[in-house]
Amino acid sequence: MRRLSLWLGAALVALVVLMALVSLVWTPYDPTLVVPGQRLQNPSAAHWLGTDAMGIDVFSRLLIGAQTTIVVGVVSVSIAAVLGVPLGMLSGQAGGWVDEVVMRVTDIAYAFPALLLAILLAARFGASPVTAMIAIGLATIPSFARVTRAGTTQVMSSEFVLAARASGTRWPGVSMRHVLPNIAPLIGVQASVTFALAILAEAALSYLGLSTAAIVPTWGKMLRDAQSVMFSAPLQALWPGLAIAMAVLGFNLLGDGLRDLLDPRLREVT
Amino acid sequence: MRILAFLGRRLGIFALSLLGASLLVFAVCAALPGEVAAIILGEGATPDQIAKLTAQLGLDRPWPVRYAEWVGGMLRGDFGTSYFTGQNVLQLMAPRIAVTLWLVFFALVLSVLVAVPVGMLAAMKRRSWIGFVASAAAQLGMAIPAFWAAIALVLVFAVWLHQLPANGYVPLTTDPASWAAHLVLPVISLAIVQASVLVRYVRSAFIEVLSEDYYRTARAVGWRPFPALLRHGLRNAALSLVTVIGLQLASVLVGAIVIESVFALPGLGSQLLDAVSQRDLSIVQGVVMFLAAAVLLINFLVDLSYAWIDPRLRTGDER
Repeated sequence: MRRLSLWLGAALVALVVLMALVSLVWTPYDPTLVVPGQRLQNPSAAHWLGTDAMGIDVFSRLLIGAQTTIVVGVVSVSIAAVLGVPLGMLSGQAGGWVDEVVMRVTDIAYAFPALLLAILLAARFGASPVTAMIAIGLATIPSFARVTRAGTTQVMSSEFVLAARASGTRWPGVSMRHVLPNIAPLIGVQASVTFALAILAEAALSYLGLSTAAIVPTWGKMLRDAQSVMFSAPLQALWPGLAIAMAVLGFNLLGDGLRDLLDPRLREVT
Repeated sequence: MRILAFLGRRLGIFALSLLGASLLVFAVCAALPGEVAAIILGEGATPDQIAKLTAQLGLDRPWPVRYAEWVGGMLRGDFGTSYFTGQNVLQLMAPRIAVTLWLVFFALVLSVLVAVPVGMLAAMKRRSWIGFVASAAAQLGMAIPAFWAAIALVLVFAVWLHQLPANGYVPLTTDPASWAAHLVLPVISLAIVQASVLVRYVRSAFIEVLSEDYYRTARAVGWRPFPALLRHGLRNAALSLVTVIGLQLASVLVGAIVIESVFALPGLGSQLLDAVSQRDLSIVQGVVMFLAAAVLLINFLVDLSYAWIDPRLRTGDER
């Protein structure tokens, strides 16, 4: 059952990545090609998942949508990790007032919800995937910093770090050679869970019309379009919703599976 | 004294968080003074016109002055006025706060009522298929976007079965039955995700309880598993559950923004989104600050509730 999470999660994530990669070189039809004569067709041999209200092939849109999902996830997780991990390591290694200040600032920032920040930025700078990614990334820095700090203090108290410090290794050496490699799996778990959160947040923003303004196909945008025709074509809402749920489930399960592989002492801090 | 130190510290964090949030909202919405005038005048406005309107609105003063004025106004209950319509933002928000509150309140209550028994069951039966099914259902529920669940519920209960309204809102005082009917689907769609997240926490909190001495003792003296868990486990698990429910409350509040949009409920969320699409930054500024303050207040109250639930904090023993 435990390994089930890991493998099922990895398989679902692989499927989403595969969809994105395939869409780079091939989609059955142009995912932005509006064909007025082919509106809302049922699934058929020509259109595997039918066509939407604009006559666009749904399967092609679904494939391209995976790209947006992956890009948004990777960029927001990177922003959060690149800023949050060093902060957490600094806090965990320096201790004292540095630790206190960093953690209090994280406490303050932690409470500000990602979606609210995204809406705020969209109001000011206009709706785009970039503002969405930045908002999700910035809002999840605190959780990366917290997890990293907890892992770092755990590693810092271990004997090999004490030995390294006693033999004169300075903090950059300790950080790179001992702390980072040991907390890397922990950061992997956090990245996976944050990825799932980013997918959900981006989907909600696209659905609200706050991520992609134009015709760029995203799963959230597809759901928004599907809602306006849900009385005549309820199936339209099925596919993008399934795709989002699959991707989120995949990253959550992967995170859970990775967590179970962690060193028990590190598992406590997640 | 320990508890006073605890409360003082939490109050300090609450105050600093409010300060941080207000600075952020102000920096994003109001720090650049020319912008508002440019938005109001629309495209084709000359720099002269923009400068004139900016001066008229008093936006050419230094930002610390404008920030202090904004915060001072909020402390007196003045959340600013819309630049477009001249309406008072708090008056715009007032009738909508109730809508959002009902939605959030019922969604939270429903998710707790579902999640606590399911989570306890998942903990007790964690080695059997029942526990597996409960955990798997929670994983699935967490993966489903709330607005997708909402669309599915509308399809089934409004479009196919014609049992419930698909969208809209009727005030409680106008027609209580219709009010309730309009809230059922939004509440359920919001609660599905929240309950799923909560199930996982309830499960792990109770798994911890199951290995405690007091639980084993209760079982040894003849308590049945479920009553023993209720009688002895609930209060002990409550501490971590209150934290999670508090954090949940914040995410329910944010989730409500999306759900209000799906069901066209006239709450704070739909007001915020309307203001965003009209680029009425003064309303955005007021509503976001109001929501952020609500989230921070909830977190603060959660902290306070620790002091009430955890007797160790009251008596001064080490935690």
